[in-house]
Amino acid sequence: MVRLSTFTVGLTLGLILAAGAAFAQTGKVTVVTSFSKDVTDPLKKAFEKAVPGATLEVQNRNTNAGVKFVEETKANNQVDLFWASAPDAFEVLKAKKLLSPYKPKAAGIAEKVGSYPVNDKDGFYSGFAASGYGIMWNERYVKANKLPTPKEWQDLTTAPYFDHVSISAPSRSGTTHLTIETILQGEGWDKGWRTTKEISGNLRQVTDRSFGVPEAVNSGQVGYGIVIDFFAFSSQGAGFPVKFVYPSVTTLVPANVGIVANAPNKAGAEAFIEFLLSPTGQEALLEPTIRRLPVRPETYAKAPADYPNPFKDKNLQGLLTFNAELSESRSAAVDTLFDQLITFQLEPLKAATKALHEVDAALAKKDNAQARALAKEARDLIAVMPITAAQAASPEIRAAFSGGKEKSARQAELEQQWAAFAKEKYAAAKAKADEALKLAR
Amino acid sequence: MRTLAGTRSLGQAALALAIALFLGLFLVVPVTTVIYVAFTEKGGGALTLINFLDFARTELFVRSFWNSVYVSAMTVVWASALALPLAYLTTRFEFRGAMLVQTLGFLPLVMPPFVGAVAMQLLFGRNGSVNLLLDEWFGFKIGFMEGLNGVIFLQAIHYFPFILVNLSAALRNIDRSMEEAAQNLGSHGLRLFRRIALPLALPGYIAGASLVFVKVFDDVATPLLLNVKEMLAPQAYLRITSIGIDDPMGYVISVVLIGVAVATMWASALVLKGKDYATTQRGGGGLARRKLKPRESFLAYAVVILILALVLAPHVGLLLLSFATVWSFSPLPDGYTLAHYARVLGDSSVYIKNTLLYSSLAAGIDIVIGGAIAYLVLRTKLAGRQWLDWAASTALAVPGIVLGIGYLRAFYGVKLPDGTPLATLWIVIVLAIAIRRLPYALRAAYAALQQISVSLEEAAENLGATKARTVRRVVIPLMTGGLLAGFVTSFATAAVELSAVLMLVQSNSDAPLAYGLYVLMQTPAGRGAGAALGVIAVVIVAICMGLAQLAADRSQRVRGLDI
Repeated sequence: MVRLSTFTVGLTLGLILAAGAAFAQTGKVTVVTSFSKDVTDPLKKAFEKAVPGATLEVQNRNTNAGVKFVEETKANNQVDLFWASAPDAFEVLKAKKLLSPYKPKAAGIAEKVGSYPVNDKDGFYSGFAASGYGIMWNERYVKANKLPTPKEWQDLTTAPYFDHVSISAPSRSGTTHLTIETILQGEGWDKGWRTTKEISGNLRQVTDRSFGVPEAVNSGQVGYGIVIDFFAFSSQGAGFPVKFVYPSVTTLVPANVGIVANAPNKAGAEAFIEFLLSPTGQEALLEPTIRRLPVRPETYAKAPADYPNPFKDKNLQGLLTFNAELSESRSAAVDTLFDQLITFQLEPLKAATKALHEVDAALAKKDNAQARALAKEARDLIAVMPITAAQAASPEIRAAFSGGKEKSARQAELEQQWAAFAKEKYAAAKAKADEALKLAR
Repeated sequence: MRTLAGTRSLGQAALALAIALFLGLFLVVPVTTVIYVAFTEKGGGALTLINFLDFARTELFVRSFWNSVYVSAMTVVWASALALPLAYLTTRFEFRGAMLVQTLGFLPLVMPPFVGAVAMQLLFGRNGSVNLLLDEWFGFKIGFMEGLNGVIFLQAIHYFPFILVNLSAALRNIDRSMEEAAQNLGSHGLRLFRRIALPLALPGYIAGASLVFVKVFDDVATPLLLNVKEMLAPQAYLRITSIGIDDPMGYVISVVLIGVAVATMWASALVLKGKDYATTQRGGGGLARRKLKPRESFLAYAVVILILALVLAPHVGLLLLSFATVWSFSPLPDGYTLAHYARVLGDSSVYIKNTLLYSSLAAGIDIVIGGAIAYLVLRTKLAGRQWLDWAASTALAVPGIVLGIGYLRAFYGVKLPDGTPLATLWIVIVLAIAIRRLPYALRAAYAALQQISVSLEEAAENLGATKARTVRRVVIPLMTGGLLAGFVTSFATAAVELSAVLMLVQSNSDAPLAYGLYVLMQTPAGRGAGAALGVIAVVIVAICMGLAQLAADRSQRVRGLDI
């Protein structure tokens, strides 16, 4: 038996020694990214051509895993750049002092795309591209189920779309978070949540990955998805029978790049950022597999005819000025509210919504004032929020999520309160809607 | 005599210590660095149990807990229903193609991440092939993949090989004289199976069933694929991997998951306690194989083919997907192409090499350690030996991402002489995979050893063999079937492991297949290529398993004749 144990130890040791060590080469720029191969490969090639002697080492991780990785390895950091879409991931890194500031030298970059500022105001990360949100749908699915073609967000709240729509959870997808936040800022807290919940009542599923939505639409498991534009365009490029539309009010969200604190190859990291912002780098974004919106206005001259241009197209200009500080102050609260009121209460919410659609159909045939009043009460019950906008950004609530001293309740307690609140209201709304249905029939 | 006993227990103690050190270094310490958060107050860091109180008071978590219990228990039932006929028919009867059935029946366990999910949606989803056809012909659809029952359906298909492999190994190990004795006393047919074969094979069945229960309880991928979030493991995963929310509850749930895993292993040991499953077989052979009558034979083949068709459907879907041009909302793809294979062929050789290397090393480590733990627990009287078993079993319940983060935390600060962190070496990936798959090998080794009569070892020792020599010449050869089952299970599942790997891969040249697959599956254009890579992974595993089966069969035959 002793032999056995020596064997084990020997095996382990031997393996560790035999593994050898990978030496860092000069000119190697290591980047942690959530972007897919389709995006990184062409840019890697173009970068290595533009900067002779440089090699780009791409570590592909999803955004969450990437943030955790940078955080866990900070003591002995080997990563030069963090490269991803979601601005909130960069906010987290910045707050944890894991980014080092850099002001790009490239000239001719726009200050704003749509309503969103391109660069971090403190210079910790820079936007290099933008993408817009919209609705994609599977044509075969829509045809087989005889469903309408959507144009506006409001369309998604109507009866025909019930059980056919998919979205990713804002707590899981930085870009969805921005979309929800834009609705809240554009329509105000109460009205914005009402819209969000009305759309959510029609949801088929809330996915935990951004890519889960286009995946489900592409394979025809759901009809419509609320997605970022390049998912739809690259799906079309791959031959899937899908269509996409920007609603008249859309949001543009930037994709960012930032230098990690204590980067082993800071010069290389800076070179990569400058490359991304250079005319060559910006033009590479127009490639069909990448299809992001450049932040350099002049680049659009080289774009195909139907390419969206946020600096010219009216619907991409943005109707409001996005308040990044407001967004930041309540981001955990908004994510958690969405999860507790919608994601984890989807069945009760859908049951109430379904009943309301039936009431509407009955009322359209034969009007009934009393039923109409009840249906309105039911809608108000669904829309009501456990906390106000002021509370969401209050120090007490923020501390509950960050673990600060001002907290009035722990995060788990808040979650339970909100979930119980939603459950009760949705059940009451369902009861009212059922009552209305009896009257209307 | 006394000195001999002294060195013996000294050797055993040294072995136990070495294993404890290994588990401590690569499992307990890394995991503890992560989940101690569960016992601290958020923000303050003071030790507290308040988080567990919050867990019990949160309706969502309690609901998730019972959902998980229900799904796991039901999965065991369905998985048993799938595994029993296959195991029984192929080990108990003269059954042509038994080896093929065993190999194919194992494949469902090898489902590549992400792409497997897509393939299953395309077949069984709301608008998958089956439902589209049902709708067209009969005007109704079946919710195979809806809610908790959908999870049970997929998990039963996915995990039933655990029961199949362990039960088959156990059935093969039963002394044929037991059965002959029963037959001589007039027992036959189902009664023979129910009263003799099954009870004697119970250790193997329990090993498989407990693995299925714990795995399903702790699985994240399948529930999330079906968008079922109200189960315990997905709740933990979603919380741990959401950015910017440093919430202890994710880790609290992890602790609960670990508790459930240990409790399950403890309960399964309790079931077998106080009974003797060992038979003094004459060095292999196993149950005598009966001949089937023509009608029975027809029935048997029908059952086997039906089960295989069901459990291999996802792989058929995967194969179709890898050749498909576009497949969307239609029973079959629009067209077929070889382009996806062409695309991955260039990249995949390095992935294949890494996967083979990592998986075989990890599985090798697993069976050495698993076998040693089983021996220490069952054959020695060392104090605290049960703890080794329990500690190793907790690896089942530790979410892959937690292990990954733990490794970064524990080993990234450790620098090699040239300054690169220890955690960037590929061997760390191997160790992580080995730890994650150790429980599979351990359960298999455990079951195998339980079936060997201790009297064989006593006989060897009475004839003057030392303990080490007895182990080498008697115990290990008799355990071969079980150890091989463990190796194969660890190897095959290691080949598609992703969650811990995703955290630890540092460069493309060190990445295994699962990582390459993950990278491809994040784009619409990568779906076909991902499927092609998935098919390659499955084929590699199938070949390796076929070879292992062949080796097992041959060695058993050789020993069986060699009496």
